[in-house]
Amino acid sequence: MKARFRPGDSVTVRSAYSLGHVRTPHYIKGKRGIIERVCGEFANPEELAYGRRGLPKRPLYRVRFEQEQVWPDYIGPPSDTVDIELYEHWLEPDTKKD
Amino acid sequence: MGTPHDHTPPADSDAPLTYHQTMEIAVRELLIEKKIIDAATLHHQVEKMDARSPAMGAKVVARAWVDPEYKQRLLTDSPAACKELGIELDGTLLVTVENTDDVHNAIVCTLCSCYPRNLLGLPPDWYKSHAYRKRVVREPRTVLAEFGLELPDHVTVRVHDSTADMRYLVLPARPSGTARFDQEALAKLVSRDCMIGVAVPHA
Repeated sequence: MKARFRPGDSVTVRSAYSLGHVRTPHYIKGKRGIIERVCGEFANPEELAYGRRGLPKRPLYRVRFEQEQVWPDYIGPPSDTVDIELYEHWLEPDTKKD
Repeated sequence: MGTPHDHTPPADSDAPLTYHQTMEIAVRELLIEKKIIDAATLHHQVEKMDARSPAMGAKVVARAWVDPEYKQRLLTDSPAACKELGIELDGTLLVTVENTDDVHNAIVCTLCSCYPRNLLGLPPDWYKSHAYRKRVVREPRTVLAEFGLELPDHVTVRVHDSTADMRYLVLPARPSGTARFDQEALAKLVSRDCMIGVAVPHA
């Protein structure tokens, strides 16, 4: 599976509600971030957790978010960030423009 | 009877097993019984994990401080850079994040308690607490201040949430006043907390 996104791309985390073993933290759903790096391809933990093989492997990214965008009441300068590892199927290309 | 003791012996710590202790023993015995793993291998793995400690991470950090080319290799490919020093991470995909004059990094796993165990050994209890995991991602500056680390606003705080397959090492900035320190002396300044990013080293 070829990675769909490249470093610097703007993405939005899907707001999907999902049962089971999901590695996308709730607090980041619906938020917009920038791809920091492509980490490679990994078996899907949502499948692995139930004894399945987790194939095909999914591209994994580190995505950087501005803390001010993540927490409306964030205390700190606008440059502060949180970086999160997210699998490709949780990311959508960002179409909104500032 | 031997020499009389002038103190009462400590209470035996043989309280009933907890649910998870019972579960661990049951699973362990089953794995051995079903020949999925043998007792010696299991014992070897436990010993191997017990032998890992923050001293291994400190060795990596100190080397990066004295050798700029090594630092670059560490930032590019941390597992390979650890291997150069004889440290086998056994498949851990380590990512090193560097503290500078302008950036401070801190590590958390909000979903569970992922930690670079194959480099630093077992995590401290507070790292696994709900309080740390919930708060450091949301109010990192307040949490760091509680650890005694107050950061000015011109320093960007980057929190790294280890949600998936990567594990993280913070490469702290080399403290001032250490120009004459050798690598071994430098390593002694690097605490576990510095490599999680809730502290910075001092000379």
